[in-house]
Amino acid sequence: MNILWAFIAGLIMGMGLIIADMVNPLRVQGFLDIFGLFDPSLVFTMAGALMTTMVGYYFIRKYVKKPLCEVSFDNPSNTVIDKKLIGGSILFGIGWALAGFCPAPALVGVGFFAQQAMVVVMAMLLGMWFIKKIN
Amino acid sequence: MPEQFINGFLGGVLIGLAAVILFLTDGRIMGVSGIVSRLCQGTIIDWAWRLAFVAGLMVSARVFHYYGFRIDYPQASLGVLIVAGLCVGMGTALANGCTSGHGICGLARFSKRSLVAVISFMLAGMVTMLLMRLGGWQ
Repeated sequence: MNILWAFIAGLIMGMGLIIADMVNPLRVQGFLDIFGLFDPSLVFTMAGALMTTMVGYYFIRKYVKKPLCEVSFDNPSNTVIDKKLIGGSILFGIGWALAGFCPAPALVGVGFFAQQAMVVVMAMLLGMWFIKKIN
Repeated sequence: MPEQFINGFLGGVLIGLAAVILFLTDGRIMGVSGIVSRLCQGTIIDWAWRLAFVAGLMVSARVFHYYGFRIDYPQASLGVLIVAGLCVGMGTALANGCTSGHGICGLARFSKRSLVAVISFMLAGMVTMLLMRLGGWQ
């Protein structure tokens, strides 16, 4: 059952990304083009996602003791703010702007059989593997 | 209000809904970079849900494609795509999160770490965009 719900979550996230047009690199780059032809559409996407998640997480935290299909809740407890976090985020931001893809939209793009998305995903997997290797 | 703002907001709500569903049912944080980077980690019990999630992302595209939806991906040089992918892969692995992990789930949990991450990647993206424009990008 937990596998089915994970699939459903991925399906709904993909639908949300497509409806928000966040799978379109030009939409993302327009959003990041804050010093140029700024397209604020994705600000509304962030707002919708944040509002929904904040409310959802709040009520789950308060009233749900255990996830429906699992033993316990993920509870990331790392609070360290270091060079890896900041440097990594900066590197991610650069890559995001360069091609307009972040992980989830790139995977949806693979679903559309888009060559650009496939290249980005392969390079992304390579990059992730590399960092894991040197750590 | 332009239609795209409404679509954007609705899309965002769906993304949030997905995050809430994943947390409620599987107790997992919907950080896609983490899900992807741990696709082959551990036993089948550990990665099966991750594979299912990624499958869901890809199937959503097929569903929309079936109903006639198409995306016009812009031309991009192979070199740029590879560099971009490498940056996204290495960056998210180092930062342990991306737009969904830090940007949505992290902020929704009021994580200071995620706030720093989000500010960093947003600024980096915006400055990169500026440099791209200055460099003649259309």
